[in-house]
Amino acid sequence: MLLGEEDCINEEGEFVINIGPQHPSTHGVLRLKVWLDGETIKKVEPHLGYIHRSIEKMSESFSYRQFIYITSRMDYLSAHMNNQACALVVEKALQVEVPARAQAIRIILCELSRLSSHILWFASAGLDLGGVTPFFYAFREREAINSIMEETCGARLTQNFMVPGGVITDLQPDFPKRIKEVLKQFKDNYHEYNEILIGNVIFQNRMMDVGVLTKEDAIALGCTGPVARASGLSCDIRKLYPYDGYEKLKFDEILVTGGDSWARCQVRMAEMLQSVNIIEQLIDNIPEGEFVAKTKNVLKLPKGEFYQRVETARGELGVYIVSDGSATPYRCKYRSPNFANLSAIPHISKGHKIGDLIAIMATIDLIIPDIDR
Amino acid sequence: MFIKEYFGTIFKSIKSLLTGMKLTGYYFIHPNKIITEEYPENRATLNLPERFRGEVIMPHDEKNEHQCTGCQSCELSCPNGSIKIITKQEIQPDGKKKKRIDTWVYHLDMCTMCGMCVEACPTTAILMGNEFEHSQYEKQYLKKVLNKPGSRLKDGVE
Ligand code: SF4
Ligand code: SF4
Repeated sequence: MLLGEEDCINEEGEFVINIGPQHPSTHGVLRLKVWLDGETIKKVEPHLGYIHRSIEKMSESFSYRQFIYITSRMDYLSAHMNNQACALVVEKALQVEVPARAQAIRIILCELSRLSSHILWFASAGLDLGGVTPFFYAFREREAINSIMEETCGARLTQNFMVPGGVITDLQPDFPKRIKEVLKQFKDNYHEYNEILIGNVIFQNRMMDVGVLTKEDAIALGCTGPVARASGLSCDIRKLYPYDGYEKLKFDEILVTGGDSWARCQVRMAEMLQSVNIIEQLIDNIPEGEFVAKTKNVLKLPKGEFYQRVETARGELGVYIVSDGSATPYRCKYRSPNFANLSAIPHISKGHKIGDLIAIMATIDLIIPDIDR
Repeated sequence: MFIKEYFGTIFKSIKSLLTGMKLTGYYFIHPNKIITEEYPENRATLNLPERFRGEVIMPHDEKNEHQCTGCQSCELSCPNGSIKIITKQEIQPDGKKKKRIDTWVYHLDMCTMCGMCVEACPTTAILMGNEFEHSQYEKQYLKKVLNKPGSRLKDGVE
């Protein structure tokens, strides 16, 4: 949308510009209307709806087997976790017992996608601040993970691997070997990430004390995931409300106090290692047995309301389903982590320079299709 | 004190820059560690995993026989209506009428490669193929008929 000249500079002498919807640093079609005084940000207003596909409404015409696949298109970097949330809510409603093997496969794949998502964050954070080189180093590891996804699930991003009751098919025989190769490659190369970007003084200076989100604000704005954990808010669903056997695993919830962009970087860098740790605990002892529990051909949820939350790479995803007892949901609502995290941007970018807004957006790590759904 | 801090910061910045440049320099003089592939040129050696979902295919054997009974489970399980199965009644040698497929229409332009049709098929008549280069100049070329002309149902498949 074009702004007329009278809109560009308002009565108070503020300059109004649009960042996006077609701006490379918004990682999608997010439009931020920014009121500027010189270079200082007075106010930010996000405008949404450019990639609205009415996934919630579409789900009402899908069966409980079909509505899972489309959630891969919400937060496409956490497709496994989105699918898992939908599968879990159906299992909860039907009281299906998921076999131990299926749970282990789910956790391994989810942690792999969390790892690859954080790697992509690292790549794009560098790119947003003008460092092109880290992007290629990060994509080397991400490509290895995506190849595993391709070999195991048949697709690189929109995997559609989880079904109510387990997973769609068993792992291929050389899966543990391939995972170990990738983990070794990642651990060997992890120090390069620190050398090339995280340890760089220019990068650190652009991150430190920029966009401070206090713990109180994080609670008030509903932030979750690495954004809230960087403000010292303990909100890891894997720890607080464990699902799919996370309670049996040993891992740390990364908490950093500080709340600035630098704290958010540290949380994500440390979470990568925690994901590796979780996969290493499981990869050598994936239980034998069935990979999917027997379910009926046509799934019909009992009348009532069902809610399930999971921890995606960006925070808490909640799936809320109202069932009227038929084979399709009566209402389906997703509580997406990015939408809540987006509301922090106008709050924490006030008073900063416009270049810092890009740094804040990079560390909040938004996925726009998840905001609009 | 101030001067010391000032030069300390400059020294630290230069050191961190050099650390990064050392790394990029290392890869510059070790070209065998580069992992990028040149895609259209490496077509002949490109090896896609067996499970890769690129399109829906219907395998036919050497006698031009497929295994599709026309039960329409795949059509029902497709979330976006990419499949349309048109059936006909065929008179069998023993005189009985049986339902057979006439055309198995596949709209590749609408397909999201979710693989749920393959999962639903009771006779494994369809599979996910590896082909991924689907671009066409006109949309209508993406509408395909999967059963070959003159093909028939394999004996013994019900
Ligand atoms: S792969 Fe999915 S979208 Fe494509 S035809 Fe099969 S069921 Fe439909
Ligand atoms: S392809 Fe399979 S599911 Fe579809 S009509 Fe034929 S036999 Fe039935």
